[in-house]
Amino acid sequence: MRGAFDFDVIVVGGGHAGCEAATAAARTGARTALITHKLATIGEMSCNPAIGGLGKGHLVREIDALDGVMARMADVSGIQFRLLNRSKGPAVWGPRAQIDRKLYREAMQAELADYPNLVLVEDGVEDLIIEADRTCGVTGQTGKSYRAPAVVITTGTFLKGVIHRGEERIEAGRIGEKPAIGLSDRLYTSGLPMGRLKTGTPARLDGTTIDWDRLEMQSADEQPVPFSFLTGKIEVPQTSCGITFTNAKTHRIIADNLSRSAVYSGAIAGRGPRYCPSIEDKVHRFAGKDRHQVFLEPEGLNDDTVYPNGISTSLPAEVQEDFIRTIEGLENVRIIQAGYAIEYDYVDPRALTHGLEVKAVPGLFLAGQINGTTGYEEAGAQGLVAGLNAARSAQGRPAAVFDRAEAYIGVLIDDLVTHGVSEPYRMFTSRAEYRLALRADNADQRLTRRGEELGLVGRTRAEMFHVKQQGLETGRKLLKALSLTPNEASHHGWKVNQDGQRRTAWDLLAYPDIGFNEIAAVFPEVAALAEEDSAQLSIEATYSGYLERQKADVEQLRRDENLEIPRGLDFSSVGGLSNEVRYKLEAVRPATLGQAARIEGVTPGALVSLLAHVKRRRPERAAG
Amino acid sequence: MGTARDTICALASGPPPSAIAIIRVSGPKVRDICTKIPERGLPGPRRAVFGKFFDSSGTIIDEGLILFMPGPASYTGEDTAEFYLHGGSAVIDHAIDAICSFSETRLAEPGEFTRRAFENGRVDLVEAEGVADLIDAETRAQKSLALDQLDGRLSRQYAEWRQELVEVLALLEVSIDFPDEDDAPAETAGPVSVSLSRLAGGLERALGDDAVGERIREGFHITIVGPPNAGKSSLLNRLARREAAIVSDLPGTTRDVVEVRLKIGGHIVWIADTAGLREAADQVEAEGVRRAKARAASADLRIQLRPADKKPDFSECEPGDLLVVNKGDLTPEATWTGDVIVISALTGDGLPEVERRIAGIINDKAGETVAPLITRRRHRLALESALFHVKHAIDGLNRGGGAELVAEDVRLAARQLSSLTGEIGVEEILGAVFASFCIGK
Repeated sequence: MRGAFDFDVIVVGGGHAGCEAATAAARTGARTALITHKLATIGEMSCNPAIGGLGKGHLVREIDALDGVMARMADVSGIQFRLLNRSKGPAVWGPRAQIDRKLYREAMQAELADYPNLVLVEDGVEDLIIEADRTCGVTGQTGKSYRAPAVVITTGTFLKGVIHRGEERIEAGRIGEKPAIGLSDRLYTSGLPMGRLKTGTPARLDGTTIDWDRLEMQSADEQPVPFSFLTGKIEVPQTSCGITFTNAKTHRIIADNLSRSAVYSGAIAGRGPRYCPSIEDKVHRFAGKDRHQVFLEPEGLNDDTVYPNGISTSLPAEVQEDFIRTIEGLENVRIIQAGYAIEYDYVDPRALTHGLEVKAVPGLFLAGQINGTTGYEEAGAQGLVAGLNAARSAQGRPAAVFDRAEAYIGVLIDDLVTHGVSEPYRMFTSRAEYRLALRADNADQRLTRRGEELGLVGRTRAEMFHVKQQGLETGRKLLKALSLTPNEASHHGWKVNQDGQRRTAWDLLAYPDIGFNEIAAVFPEVAALAEEDSAQLSIEATYSGYLERQKADVEQLRRDENLEIPRGLDFSSVGGLSNEVRYKLEAVRPATLGQAARIEGVTPGALVSLLAHVKRRRPERAAG
Repeated sequence: MGTARDTICALASGPPPSAIAIIRVSGPKVRDICTKIPERGLPGPRRAVFGKFFDSSGTIIDEGLILFMPGPASYTGEDTAEFYLHGGSAVIDHAIDAICSFSETRLAEPGEFTRRAFENGRVDLVEAEGVADLIDAETRAQKSLALDQLDGRLSRQYAEWRQELVEVLALLEVSIDFPDEDDAPAETAGPVSVSLSRLAGGLERALGDDAVGERIREGFHITIVGPPNAGKSSLLNRLARREAAIVSDLPGTTRDVVEVRLKIGGHIVWIADTAGLREAADQVEAEGVRRAKARAASADLRIQLRPADKKPDFSECEPGDLLVVNKGDLTPEATWTGDVIVISALTGDGLPEVERRIAGIINDKAGETVAPLITRRRHRLALESALFHVKHAIDGLNRGGGAELVAEDVRLAARQLSSLTGEIGVEEILGAVFASFCIGK
């Protein structure tokens, strides 16, 4: 059977989801093809030239911990690294960087060009090949067929994409590129639940026409913190972003032309994101604010294009020029390309499993914006999971799932497949109930070993990881072995309860006012630990009390996640369910009892009924 | 929040008062509980053993039966015990307190016993479907109790707490998730601290109402005390408008506590007639007198009844007691000074005045609590736990702990209050963030 296929896995699309999907599948040993209509746009950043941030930076670290590509590419193309939230605790530090779009694209294309087990194919995919209800490959524009038992579709905003700018309507997936209509039609006729979303992008400016001298500049961190656990040091020269503000004049022009905005004229049916409003939205909804911040982000070291972050718009091009030129520093700016809103189709992700496989079409996987998300990082994370599971499906293995307690990737996918989306989904740290455990600093400790077991992690990373683990374990043991009495602690000026209990160096590190240097001054042997290990252990110790408390919750979560609901369960055969609850269960078809419990409106009684079914279906089977 | 390893307990019989209350306990601590609470220690498996029950301070809870069923041959498959007690609220509360004072032991969630039974393969599918309805009914009942209200004050208070929590969380989350936004406040410790203090104050006031709310919902307890043959049973029967207590001219007729449920001024009232307080003539009466004293001490209101045909002695009364002189018809010319009501339990004279005064006292007690009344024990526990987390958050703020730690504490507090306020999901918090702050680079 395998012989009848050209590949094990085909990935359609060369964006951030596609790149991670193709490389993840290839790493597990699957013969993989990435098919895209234009090889030259692989790794393109179609929107803002930045990677990371809060929640997003966490996702990038997790992709890296599973040996994905995004973090390493960003490290060789990042031109302004900043660790956000440095004033807060390490659980919510967010690594972020402005990216040189060209450097990123080139790095990604070079990486993929000689990636083992991966073939790049230039062709527009028009249709899926489905035989006996199973995915068997795709058909290209020329009618050529590419056969594989597992296909990952990562077509971003290209499904029936329509660009709106003022009264203009252009069918396109990205500016200047045509949409994928054939594939969209196929997904519609497959009976998948679909909807429409919109997002927007601002005008691109000619940096040589900006009066930089009058603007406040924001520079990179002195010591750039890389995304990848493999990167020792950032070598790319660092640059700055400008900061400017809209003003009353800007707002007047926008308000006067509101009816000409595609979003406000009612031309767009799709829902846009609340957290990324157009400048029209900001002016309209926050009329009391007299200015809005605009970041002027360079798109590259040798590229004069500037991305004005904060003023995405679908106003007519001439209005865009009018209002942008009212902004300080931009009075004489030349617009390279006007901003626009884009509306596109997405598949309701509740139609997917946690492995990102379409439940109704075995062998078909979806990742990225097609699932209703936004952002390179969200796309990359899904790509990795979809690529991994496409390979596993081709290899006849069960899906691998990350849960909410081990990764933001798990939170992301569980949110999508359980709740669906009502706006383009973006990651925030507030979405993670185990935020204190899911840190950017410990992504490798959470995931790399799992990645090894899944065959995702290469030798170099594995070896580095084990050395690091050993160092940390030694340090942990040492810190837990050293201790002193409350009396001794007070001699060092530390305020602890005089309760007669000895406290270990590890316990003491959890006090907000006791740092590693103070500990090392009292226990000299601690000073011998490697600097990065001691930093890591300090963070761990800071949260240990909270994490201990979460343990029971996590245990409960995992217990419920282990109770699988049979895939084809007929919910009408489960007694004790109200029609309302049954309808909700049928819409999501939860895979586990845990997921069922997270669906709004599913009652405790309904869960007991489900549990009884689960128990009856697998009587007395050994745990696990 | 509980885990599957906790020991759980719940009242398995109907709401108090009932003739007998059954408290069911299940989990790893059952053996320990059954060893320490019954005076005779751990009973043999599946044998009902009669005896006294004591809490950890050595105070008697009640006298009754205990049944210990070691797992796996029990309803839940775990070690299980059932206590059979007298079915009054005070006894049940005391017993549940004593049980929950063991570590990792708590009140059960709706359906939790049944869920454990399934998980351990003790219940079949047909039974499962039957109990699903019961569990949902139980959940609904709890919810409606949570929202049930005295003058709407409770629901208003819960809504305010909810609002406060959403606002605090929105403030914390906006500072965490959007550090690069012009409109997001960089410094949130000030407003967060103000909000948390207000919340802590509200929770403390609600908890400080001395359980009056619970009393008023489950009934206001009045005990009639007085010397033997003062006419306590006659007064009770008058108020009850039926023969609840046996009345005779023989002093010491009432040997145990007789309790009737009445409605006075719209409130549920439990009136207990007790054995007359005197040096007891026999052992049974002595036990009656002991119980009478205990009951009088725990009552919300004592009616001090004195016969008029002897010189009424109110010297042993406490402030707040209602002073009543019976048999005024026998000595119509007599006058008493002070705040004393004269009645005739025989003719009913003066009874309306007694009822009016009781209603007035209950209304005063209900009104004097500033904070809305907490009407259910489970809610009280939730409030206590929420208050603990809010205080921890305030402490963290003061020590300069990170916003993410403060947020963690507030999230835990919100989760504890969710049975009262409804769950506060992340979408709602994000909604508040995007509505209050102009976010979006």
